[in-house]
Amino acid sequence: MAQKPATTAREMAQVETIIGRILQVGVIFSAIVMLIGLALFLVTGYSGYEGDFVPRQMGMILAGTWQLKPYAIMMLGVYCLILTPVLRVVVSIYAFYKEKDHLYVAITTLVLIILLIALAIGVKG
Amino acid sequence: MIHTTIIMLAVGIFAGIAGAILGIGGGMIITPILTLGMGLNIKYAIGASIIAVIATSSGSTIAYLRDNVLNLRVAMFLEIATTIGAIVGALLTGVLDPKYLYLLFGCLLVFSGWNMYRKLRRGSEVLQRVEPDKIAAKLKLNGTYFDKAEMKDIDYQVENVPAGFSVMFGAGVASGLLGIGSGAFKVMALDTFMKMPLKPSSSTSNLMMGVTAAASATVYFFNGAILPGIAVPMALGILGGAVIGSRIMQVLPARWIRIVFIPIILYIGFEMLFKGLGVHF
Repeated sequence: MAQKPATTAREMAQVETIIGRILQVGVIFSAIVMLIGLALFLVTGYSGYEGDFVPRQMGMILAGTWQLKPYAIMMLGVYCLILTPVLRVVVSIYAFYKEKDHLYVAITTLVLIILLIALAIGVKG
Repeated sequence: MIHTTIIMLAVGIFAGIAGAILGIGGGMIITPILTLGMGLNIKYAIGASIIAVIATSSGSTIAYLRDNVLNLRVAMFLEIATTIGAIVGALLTGVLDPKYLYLLFGCLLVFSGWNMYRKLRRGSEVLQRVEPDKIAAKLKLNGTYFDKAEMKDIDYQVENVPAGFSVMFGAGVASGLLGIGSGAFKVMALDTFMKMPLKPSSSTSNLMMGVTAAASATVYFFNGAILPGIAVPMALGILGGAVIGSRIMQVLPARWIRIVFIPIILYIGFEMLFKGLGVHF
C-alpha cells in the first residue's frame, strides 16, 4: 500500500459522503413503506389477514403488498430496513474502489462474503 | 391498537436518542419494556430489539458519516472480527456453557467501566503519542473527527489493534451465542483497548452494530419473531430518535457522554457477572 496520509482524510470524506447519501435513500425508503403500512393499518383497523397472522414468506409479503394489505406493507418496510446495513457494506466496496483504496476494497469484500455466509447458515442472536 | 402504536413510537424515540448517543443498540432498553412492561413473549421482544439495533445504527450513521465523526476504516476492518465471531458463536451454541462468557464479559465490562472512570478523572480525551502504532498506520486506521462541542478537528491515533480485534471477535461470539446486541462491547474495544476518543468510538460502534445485527435479523424475520404492530411504530420512533440523538451527541462534551456511559457499562457488567455466577434477583 502506498502511504498517502495527506490525502487520506479528504478521500475518506468523499467515500463517507457517497455511502451516507445512499444509506439515507435506503432508510427514507424503508421508513416511507413502514409509514404507509402503519397508516393503512390504523385507518382501516384491519391487518389484512385472519386473526394474528403475520406474513413472513417473501412471496406472500409481495402479493399482500400488491393487494394493499397493511401487515404485508409493514413487513416489507421492516425487511428493507434490515437490508440497509448490507446495502452500506456493498456501497462501501464501490466507494473504496473509486478512491483506489485496494486494501479496503479487499477488506470490505471479505466482510460482505462473511456476512453472506452468516445469512446463509442462519446465525442466531 | 392506536394505544400500542403511540407507546411504541415514544419508546422508540427514547431508545433511538439514547442508543445513538451512547453507541449501544437499545436492546437493553427495549427488551425490559416489552417483556416486563407490556408482557410480551421474549421471542418477540428479541425480534423487536434486533430491529431496534438496525434502526438505531442506520438512523444515526447518516449524520455520523456526513459530519465525519465515525471511522469507516476501523469499522470495516473490525467487522471482519465481529462477523466471523457471530458465526463461531452460533456454531458454539450448545457446545460452550454461556456461563463462562457471561463471567468473562462481565469482568471485561467492569474493568472497562473502571478504566473509563480513570479517563474521566484524568480529564484528557485524546491520547497523544510520539510513536505511531505500526499496524494502525499500515491499515490507515488513525483518523480525524470534527468535535462540535469544541468546534475543532481532533486528530487521534489508535493502538493495540490486535487486542481490539480480539475483543471485537469476542463481541461477535457473544452476540451469536448469547443473542445480545454487544454495542457496549464494541465501545469498550474501541475506547478502552484501542484508545479511540469516545465520540468516534460511539459512532463507529453504531455503524458496526447494524452490520452484525443484519445477519441475525433475517433469521428472526423469517422465523416469525417480528410483530409488525410492535416493530413498525418502534422502528419509526427509533429512526427519528436516532437522527435527533446523532445531532445531540455531537454537541455534547465527550465528558458528559462518558459520565452517562460509566454507570450503564457497570450495570451491564455486574448483571452479566451475576448471571455467570448463577445469582438471580
